Amino acid sequence: MSAPLLQMRNLRVTFPGPRGPVQVVKGVSFDLGRERLGIVGESGSGKSMTGRSILRLLKPPAKVETDLLRFDGMDLDQLSEKQMRAVRGARISMVMQDPKFSLNPVMTIGTQIAEALRVHEKLPRREIEARVITMLEQVRIDDPRRVVKLYPHEVSGGMGQRVMIAMMLIPQPDILIADEPTSALDVSVQAQVLDLIEAMIAKNGMGLILISHDLELVARYCDRVLVMHRGRVVEELAAGRLHEARHPYTKGLLAAVPQMDERRAILPVLDRAAEYET
Amino acid sequence: MSCALEIEGLFVRYGRDDVVRDVSFAIETGESYALVGESGSGKSTILRAIVGMARDWRGVIRVDGRDRVNRIDRQFARHCQMVFQDPYASLHPRRTVNDTLTEPLKIHGIGARDARVIAMMEDVGLDPRFRFRFPHQLSGGQRQRVAIARALMLEPKLLLLDEPTSALDVSVQAEILNLLVRLRAERDLTYLLVTHSLPVVGFLCDRLGVLRYGQLVEEAPVERLRAGTFATAYAQELYGASLGGGDRSGATVVAET
Amino acid sequence: MVDLRNTEADAATEGDTRKAGRMGALALWLTDDAPASRVQAQAGQAYAIARSFARNPLAMLGAFIVGLLIVVALFAPWLAPYSPVGQNLEMRLMPPSAEHWLGTDELGRDILSRIIHGARITLLIVVMVALISAPIGLLIGAVAGYFGGWVDRILMAITDVFLSLPKLIMALAFVAALGAGLQNAIIAIAITAWPAYARIARAETLTFRKSEFIAAVELQGASNLRIIGIHVLPLCMSSTIIRVTLDMAGIILTAAGLGFLGLGAQPPLPEWGAMISRGRSFILDQWWVATMPGFAIIIVSLGFCFLGDGLRDVLDPRQRDGR
Repeated sequence: MSAPLLQMRNLRVTFPGPRGPVQVVKGVSFDLGRERLGIVGESGSGKSMTGRSILRLLKPPAKVETDLLRFDGMDLDQLSEKQMRAVRGARISMVMQDPKFSLNPVMTIGTQIAEALRVHEKLPRREIEARVITMLEQVRIDDPRRVVKLYPHEVSGGMGQRVMIAMMLIPQPDILIADEPTSALDVSVQAQVLDLIEAMIAKNGMGLILISHDLELVARYCDRVLVMHRGRVVEELAAGRLHEARHPYTKGLLAAVPQMDERRAILPVLDRAAEYET
Repeated sequence: MSCALEIEGLFVRYGRDDVVRDVSFAIETGESYALVGESGSGKSTILRAIVGMARDWRGVIRVDGRDRVNRIDRQFARHCQMVFQDPYASLHPRRTVNDTLTEPLKIHGIGARDARVIAMMEDVGLDPRFRFRFPHQLSGGQRQRVAIARALMLEPKLLLLDEPTSALDVSVQAEILNLLVRLRAERDLTYLLVTHSLPVVGFLCDRLGVLRYGQLVEEAPVERLRAGTFATAYAQELYGASLGGGDRSGATVVAET
Repeated sequence: MVDLRNTEADAATEGDTRKAGRMGALALWLTDDAPASRVQAQAGQAYAIARSFARNPLAMLGAFIVGLLIVVALFAPWLAPYSPVGQNLEMRLMPPSAEHWLGTDELGRDILSRIIHGARITLLIVVMVALISAPIGLLIGAVAGYFGGWVDRILMAITDVFLSLPKLIMALAFVAALGAGLQNAIIAIAITAWPAYARIARAETLTFRKSEFIAAVELQGASNLRIIGIHVLPLCMSSTIIRVTLDMAGIILTAAGLGFLGLGAQPPLPEWGAMISRGRSFILDQWWVATMPGFAIIIVSLGFCFLGDGLRDVLDPRQRDGR
């Protein structure tokens, strides 16, 4: 078997606090092939920090250290900022939570997607336009020729997130990092967007890192799930075997979700006594 | 049985359009009622009209048998309070928990404030050690407990809950939901919950109304939600999406092309 | 219930005690996450601000200069080697020397002593202008932003009228109408200074006017007066303080300008602008007469600018809550 696409060993992220440095990610390691990996955790678990560290998006005062961060034979932690820019977007892309904040409000959607392509490849104008339209068709936007002329505020949240996905996928990256890609969307749209991500990943043979707080959702769309809690990976699970979780935190998380036919008088909760100390 | 809240033929205008159109429902005293719908369905707007934050409405809003007039008055404040969605935005950033909780007492000239604040903090599961913390020194769940405590300081009978757990982690959501269930039983509260999450309704409510584009499409007892047997197609669709099934057949089609 | 105490809790306490070893008891009290009283909460807040302020060298320099201005102004009679008004015509227009560090002016007065006493006038002007204009501006801005609608339109129209005229010219007009003198100069500058604060306070108010924490107190039945006074104004404070500090330089310059034109403090008061004005006649041969007070103006103005910038870095919520 060939070397994995992305290898991360012992990631540590530290922020300065009023009482000295605070480590928010405490040694996270994983390998990613051309597969779908889920990272699940609650706020403060360090899941988003982990995603951002891969692209070196964390800026000082955050301090990021890894023993190894290798992507396709390149040591990402050794690259210059310029080399890193060539990786970002072109080889590894990221979809953020809320399209409202990720899209430039004064540029049309078409220009923005074209821009994403133009930064990484030199192509004639006509071809760029054609590829933008095809891409929008692929993310299942019905009327791409109309949509390219719209501004971000003129489209709905679900449409905005599709545009984001189109923008991230048009340079044909190897890995897509999706950080809570649907939590700003309505339930009915959520499934569509995730289905779309899943389909695009399958079509392009990419690796996916899906970061979310929703354990069941991640399990539905991923092959493998890492459960993070307070900066550490506490458990790794095959997606189909969610209910075989052993770690008390994972079990607690699963039990705490109310079900559709909820008949429990009280929901089980995690014991937070330890966390209140900090 | 008396009605805690009656709404008849309510229209709410926002800008040029009516975002709520001809909505009527009633909540009995002690009942827990949910309004569900997707964004833009007008569910939060109804809450805002009830409390007077959305002023341009027509129709009848009757709280505890009395017609609502178009402003916030003190008597109403003691009867009905609201818990907001985002615990990060609903607490004043420069005021400590203590300041936030004593404020309603000061406004209404209620005494024995220290004792009341401490009792209320204990009641909502906040350690009194947090009393002089600022919001940024609290976690999301703790903030939402403060927001609930603030709403209860005036001992209202009707509590409006605007997506009270949607900004919270699942494990924290469970704590807050448990708290809301307990408080309702202990204080004989009536709840009007607005949410997009059907499972939360299943846990917290007795009855629900499904909204779409500002209109009430179905009212159902919670048993119908648990069984997944809604009468209207839209409600059933919402139920399907919430189960997480989604439309997964379409995905494979595109993957093959 | 699931117990998570084990490993994480141990790691956390271990980290805490290690850090605690390096900090004094006072620092620990100040950074306590669970303050036991109002006083401790407020002190902790101030401590956090002071700490991040101390990390900025320019801000510290600014604070030092402003501090120096205050000390010099307070202790002027004791610090000044000579009387600021005592004339000595035999010693007129002497260059800087061991006796007169900054030289003497055309009436033989020691320039250093005059600058030291002039610090009192400068400080008086700056403090009075801030005390008059900032509260007016804050109140008008907060009321306009909070109520919106026609209240906002009327108040902002008035504000814009004042804003549209150049400050110095407007101050000149007011002084011309009121009559020359220190008091009138202060009033004139204050009249020109408040519109900027009103604009800032309004902009700040608008950012949280629709926020849920304001809605929550409205729902509790609080009066408008109470909401503005207790909930809105404190949030406008920091940006206004920053702006006032940054404006101090401009106020000093306007005051100096009025003094230069003979419309501010009247002779023999050692006002810095007036001193420059007097030294103008000798600028080529006796450069120090005009230059020394000029240096004083520049240094103090810069001091306020640095301080203002530093305050913005620590107080501005947009830069602090970004994390």
